[in-house]
Amino acid sequence: MTITEEPQTGNREVGRDRRRKEDQRLITGRTRWTDNMQLPGMLHLTMVRSPFAHARITNLDTTEAKAAPGVIAVLTGADVTDLQGSLPNAWPVTPEQKAPPHPAIAVDRVAFSGEIVAVVIARSAAAGRDAAELVDVDYEELDAVTDLKAAAADEVLAHPDLGTNESALWVFDSVEAGTGEDVEAAIRDADVLVEREFRQQRLIPSFMEPRSVVVDPTGEQFVLWSSTQVPHILRLMLALTLGVSESKIRVIAPDVGGGFGGKLQVTPEEVITFLAARHTGKPCKWNETRSESLLSAHHGRDQWQKLTLAARADGTVTGLKVHLTANMGAYLGLVTSGVPILGAFMFNAIYKFPAYRFECQNVFTNMTWTDAYRGAGRPEATFAIERMMDELATELGRDPLEVREQNWIKHEEFPFTTVAGLEYDSGNYEAATARAKELFGYAELRAEQARRRESGDRVQLGIGVSTFTEMCGLAPSRVLGALSYGAGGWEHASVRMLPSGKVEVITGSSAHGQGHETAWSQIVADELGVPFEDIEVLHGDTQISHKGLDTYGSRSLVVGGQAVIAASRKVVEKARPLAAHALEAHEDDLEFSAGRFTVKGAGEGQEGVALTDLALRVFAAHDLPDGTEPGLDADATYDPVNFSYPHGTHLCAMEIDTETGESTMRSYVCVDDVGHVVNPLIVDGQIHGGLVQGIAQALWEEAVYDDQGTLITGSFVDYTLPTSADTISFVTDRTVTPSTTNDLGAKGVGEAGTIASTPAVVNAVLDALRPLGVTDIVMPCTPERVWNAIQGAAHQPLTESAAPHFEESAPNQDTPETEGGTL
Amino acid sequence: MIPAPFDYAAPTTVEEALTLLSEHGDDAKVLAGGQSLLPVLRMRLNAPELVVDISRIESLKGITDTGDAVRIGAATTYQEVLDSDLVREHLGLLHTAVEQIADPQIRHRGTVCGALAHADPAGDVGAPVLALDATMEVQSRGVVGPRQVSAADFFVDLFETAVGDGELLTAVTIPKHTGWGSHYEKFVRVSHQWAIIGIAAAVRAEGGVIAEARVGMTNMGAKPLRAPAVEQALAGQPATEEAISEICARAGEGTEPPSDLNGKADYRRHLAGVLTRRAVLAAAGA
Repeated sequence: MTITEEPQTGNREVGRDRRRKEDQRLITGRTRWTDNMQLPGMLHLTMVRSPFAHARITNLDTTEAKAAPGVIAVLTGADVTDLQGSLPNAWPVTPEQKAPPHPAIAVDRVAFSGEIVAVVIARSAAAGRDAAELVDVDYEELDAVTDLKAAAADEVLAHPDLGTNESALWVFDSVEAGTGEDVEAAIRDADVLVEREFRQQRLIPSFMEPRSVVVDPTGEQFVLWSSTQVPHILRLMLALTLGVSESKIRVIAPDVGGGFGGKLQVTPEEVITFLAARHTGKPCKWNETRSESLLSAHHGRDQWQKLTLAARADGTVTGLKVHLTANMGAYLGLVTSGVPILGAFMFNAIYKFPAYRFECQNVFTNMTWTDAYRGAGRPEATFAIERMMDELATELGRDPLEVREQNWIKHEEFPFTTVAGLEYDSGNYEAATARAKELFGYAELRAEQARRRESGDRVQLGIGVSTFTEMCGLAPSRVLGALSYGAGGWEHASVRMLPSGKVEVITGSSAHGQGHETAWSQIVADELGVPFEDIEVLHGDTQISHKGLDTYGSRSLVVGGQAVIAASRKVVEKARPLAAHALEAHEDDLEFSAGRFTVKGAGEGQEGVALTDLALRVFAAHDLPDGTEPGLDADATYDPVNFSYPHGTHLCAMEIDTETGESTMRSYVCVDDVGHVVNPLIVDGQIHGGLVQGIAQALWEEAVYDDQGTLITGSFVDYTLPTSADTISFVTDRTVTPSTTNDLGAKGVGEAGTIASTPAVVNAVLDALRPLGVTDIVMPCTPERVWNAIQGAAHQPLTESAAPHFEESAPNQDTPETEGGTL
Repeated sequence: MIPAPFDYAAPTTVEEALTLLSEHGDDAKVLAGGQSLLPVLRMRLNAPELVVDISRIESLKGITDTGDAVRIGAATTYQEVLDSDLVREHLGLLHTAVEQIADPQIRHRGTVCGALAHADPAGDVGAPVLALDATMEVQSRGVVGPRQVSAADFFVDLFETAVGDGELLTAVTIPKHTGWGSHYEKFVRVSHQWAIIGIAAAVRAEGGVIAEARVGMTNMGAKPLRAPAVEQALAGQPATEEAISEICARAGEGTEPPSDLNGKADYRRHLAGVLTRRAVLAAAGA
């Protein structure tokens, strides 16, 4: 596979940096956000939540709340215990997976702080809020386990009835899978062994629009509006959870203000709003506060990662062993259990490791449950392996890029089947890296770093590397089946030709900020030869888009976009006999280009017939060939044959003030290969936003609980989300190695920046401080942690933190030669 | 985020406001710009019976030159302070601190006196006001003229000032420090955050020598602090890192700053020493 230039676009829409057609309404807010819905007689819900992480509900008195002004009803877990079912987990990762029942409203016991114990239904949100304070709940506190390692020790149980905190142990071994060699043998025979333990802190997705639900029970169907990423999955799961006929539920995700995986969920609040509407017979609305969102919407990450990397003295990696302990929180949400497993296929990343073993122990705690968050399993894996490759380079005293290149898949080796069993179809890591080094000024920055080290500069310079790949385009259905996931990974699209020549495109993807309306219009404009402006993209309403699997996992373009292409091509083929009839020619003699059918060889100047004219002829249906169905509309469902594998080289320079521990980003260069690009502006936006979210994990964000299990970072005062004021201008560029698995040659970009950037930043921070004896800093690398690391390194022997070994008999146990504390 | 129900009054004179405040005692809360009070109400951390909005009292608005000092009325916003030539010329330290408060939306609503009365130790105006020897005007009902309270006596404890129930902070008067160099060193992880710590330094330098220095500290204790020993030791020193490093390193001595997610007390004390040196040098133009 060779690098190609981006295609000259000419008149083509694909490849143009179109301004997004949806932005005016999204930015001004003059649109249908769920909370903008006002229905006649609508009631408002307020949730009453447990302040305790683990407690028995000994008494729950709603008398006073029910008597408060404007209150229609108060529902408790006892009131709905036979109605609410158990919230779904669609991914039982092992047949033996253990999980507690997951009620929308707790009935007799709460298992995390923020769990709902009652709902107040009132005429106004204000009346509901006042009455919620009158719900009188008596709790008997139980021992809570709010630390992942403590939970893994299985002493205090998050759910005593389960008898253990261990939900499931999932294992992949390259010998068992037939994809590689024995990792234990590789470790035994290693010249160099790198053993490290890393912490993936808990994060909060922090989408812009808080969650919101409206349910209208009037009419033949229940209509549910929700600020969700997954209207189709939600509809099915609600039907299954509540025992309501699927055909009696219509779900609408109107414009949705972001999700980052945080709205890939079937929530207690959606179930409760449904139950409340059915109970009262009135439309009901729930709209969360930001505090509720931080507390009770699902969180992300939260793992301990133990890694053993075996290598030869020349730097060739011979094996990788991974043991994860993953925090489920108190319950299994929609894909909670599968998120860490997704990482299993990515720890080997772009490298040709011959032996690999991955184990993931899923563990319950009395904390908010975790689930998908931008990258979902892949950022964790990428962080770990990119940190490890730096550690290996350090052990060997070599340049981190050089050690990576020695081990990565060369461009001429594609397609390449990895030790995790995936077939990478295309890529060129050399090209992306060369371009990134050039843009970054790698050699110059290394020289400056050396000067600063030499002079003992108060501000040290560090250079961080991340050469990442990811699997996206979730997902080939057969792969999901093999992983015991409860659904397929296909996507659906319809194209409707309107009589006036306009086109409606219906997609099963569910945009929540990605710009589908613009990108899909560009694709269809090229396929059908109709103007960009004449295309309307419809999504997110199960009555309009009756079939779909929604938006997550960088799947929309490479799966949903391919479905759109397939449907468009079916339209053209349906039109072909009609065009032949109109032009009095044989079908085989027609060609279709720029929206018109013409007769081959009929020369310049012939008009032919436009597809849009045929749409009108079909509408009138006055003169169609015998036996022809009067319609051009077409549907297509596309099931991907493989994942797509974007990759890139990210280089980051950080300046560390050794006096205060403050770190400042000096420059950030990324060269991503996402294949062919439909809209460069949208891709740049995804990269920029993704980078900031990944950098935020490295430097700023962490959800922190106290010993009692109370979320301390319960507002944006303490959960330090960055803004544009905290970032720099990124240098972005692309190489283009087209994906071979879809007609666009695209690879997906929604998560790339987030996955790649975290290790680049942390590697840079550590690179700056290694001469001082610092070998690791737990994320987020706050100024205090950096300063403490510098102080600790100056006052402690290196052995404890620098080279942990999990087993006494491991090789190279000697203290590494490191110049410590010379500044 | 809906507050508990409360009554609301928007008087147009100080007398009316004082009448309401004295009648309701600690059941009443004063609303100026609302940038601290409204979040507290909306999160239901406080539920006063009456909110007295002073933003429509004309006599509380504006910035005036009183000769040796500049007077800032209680209904004056941060942005009006930033836009004031008087402040820029004579109260450089206040100007540079206010520039670093939150974001433009908040600076167009919030007020200097509101922040002083709220007395959040992480707020950015306490330290500069204290360092510049300001005087607060506190008015009671039925008393002719305000009480004058020095900044040193004004801050009592965490969220507690010398303003009693039924009283109103009507203005802050700050002596002119014309020709002084100023610097506010605010240490944060993300830009919109409360100060982890802040150092407010004003220096009168003569020919590369520090003639006089003032140092105020944000979030180094339950209330804004001053570092008098450091100030005295700095006088007469050359404005060089070598000359002042050891002096400034002592800025955090004896303080009891908070320990929280952003840093333990020891770390904050360490930062105080480093940032005091940097602030003083920057203020001295070194």
